[in-house]
Amino acid sequence: MASETTQPGFWARVQRASVERLHIRLESLVVLLALSTAMALLSPYFLSLSNFLNILLATSTIGVLAIAATFVIGSGGLDLSLGSVMGLAGVAGAFVAVNLGWPSVFAVVACILAGAIAGNINGQLVTRAFVPAFIVTLGMLGLARGLALVISQGRAIYGLPPEIVYIGQGRPFGIPMPVIIFVLTAIVAHAVLAYTRFGRHTLALGDSEGAARAAGIRVEHHRRIIYTLSGALAGLAGLLFTARVNAGDPTAGINYELTAITAAIIGGTNLFGGRASILGTMIGALIMGVLQNGLTLLAVQSYYQQMAIGAVLILAVFIDQYQVRKESRV
Amino acid sequence: MTLLSLRGIRKSFGAVDVLHGVDLSVAAGEVVGLVGDNGAGKSTLMKTITGIYRADSGSIEFDGKDILALDPGQRRQLGIEMIYQDLSLAKQQDVASNIFLGREPTKRLFGLFPGFVDKGEMDRQAAKMIERLGAHLPSINRSVGSFSGGQQQTVAIARALTFNPKLVIMDEPTAALAVREVQSVLDLIRRLRSEGIAVILISHRLNDVLSVTDRIVVLRHGRADADLVTAKTNMNEVVSRIVGGGDIAAAAAHEQRG
Repeated sequence: MASETTQPGFWARVQRASVERLHIRLESLVVLLALSTAMALLSPYFLSLSNFLNILLATSTIGVLAIAATFVIGSGGLDLSLGSVMGLAGVAGAFVAVNLGWPSVFAVVACILAGAIAGNINGQLVTRAFVPAFIVTLGMLGLARGLALVISQGRAIYGLPPEIVYIGQGRPFGIPMPVIIFVLTAIVAHAVLAYTRFGRHTLALGDSEGAARAAGIRVEHHRRIIYTLSGALAGLAGLLFTARVNAGDPTAGINYELTAITAAIIGGTNLFGGRASILGTMIGALIMGVLQNGLTLLAVQSYYQQMAIGAVLILAVFIDQYQVRKESRV
Repeated sequence: MTLLSLRGIRKSFGAVDVLHGVDLSVAAGEVVGLVGDNGAGKSTLMKTITGIYRADSGSIEFDGKDILALDPGQRRQLGIEMIYQDLSLAKQQDVASNIFLGREPTKRLFGLFPGFVDKGEMDRQAAKMIERLGAHLPSINRSVGSFSGGQQQTVAIARALTFNPKLVIMDEPTAALAVREVQSVLDLIRRLRSEGIAVILISHRLNDVLSVTDRIVVLRHGRADADLVTAKTNMNEVVSRIVGGGDIAAAAAHEQRG
């Protein structure tokens, strides 16, 4: 058992410390800073408090979805239905509040419950019917979107009560409510994933299902919880979005899973599970937010933004896989 | 005193019958070798003991308790540990995370929120265990996948021994090791016996099995075909029991060379 012969360099040691202690990949932080600097140089409007809050506000919905994606991908799964479930949840909440005329609390519960149920169905199918997660959640992507259109009869549901609208547009202390909810969710999610048994088992499961099973972790049960949690978070994202635009829009969240998964991967989540951190994902989500905000300020057509996000996803996975292959012994 | 007692264990996967009624007993502090040809059912049998597989019929008693209905986590708590041939490590996690996987000590965060993993305590105990095994690892905070095969083996062994097991099952623990590392595994088995811990050793290396066990059970076609006292048997007999007659002399000569 030979001890280390070569001392790792300074950069490698800083990298390792940031991964071990802060659970973030240093490269993503560098990219975020570089991107922000570039945007600040290119646009005079970029560096301002109001634009900063704008970025956070625009990131809040995607950010919550990215948290969901981090848990699922970290556990070795995949959830392609995030955007559709978010749309379904928003419509469900609006339907309860407007069409049924129930109190706002029920509308909030309806959003999150609708998401949780869709997520739970994903989990049941993956663990009991042995249909691959890719197929189950791709199917749910279609199912949830279709159901959202059926419930709303293809039209956005308007006329939400003021309490709901406050969740999306209120600004206590000048900070948008979605940003507050998003940041609190991220803090709790980070603590759960990094420091609790549930979080550790999640990553162990994504790392080696056999090892987790041998260690006595109830693998299928754990997966069902994670998919349900993912759906519930998509429901929360649906609530934030619906409240912000003041309408239950059945087409809300189309392609959002692309951005959410990209944010998680840029943040250092291993596409095949076993490594993930919410803090890293938040940096990834901010990178996506800054990219979209900056391109908008520079008056780049949104079609090109879509292309940029797709390209970033592929690039991030390429860099990650390149590093994994370089570091691991095979 | 009988620690583990299997009676009439049957297990099939679909149309394939792997175990046809296996009887096996292990006493506390006894080292039992389990040998047999490829496909004889050794690994399947061990996984029915740890609970990864549920036996179709038969009974399993451990420490006087019927454990047939228990899941792997519950059987581990009773003191059954297994070191798998593939080591079953979570390669992207660090040493302590692997050793304590499924059994992490917890504390309250800010004295308030329960259920938080006590990483400091885990690291301390993991380092102590690794030191007790006399092994050297580059760093306890590195992911296990960056270690050499022998170092990974050390982590798997440490995981099996940290929670004071009563029975340790080792599936081909020496197959992938260098000569010096093989000796340290055999020494470890002897040490476990002296501490009253029972060991079931699965191995193709009959020299190792003959040198370290008290008893050798031969599994053949899904049955415990022979139960030999190590002190009263020899390589030829073990080999002939494994292959079941035929050209024994040639097979034994082959083993002796290997």
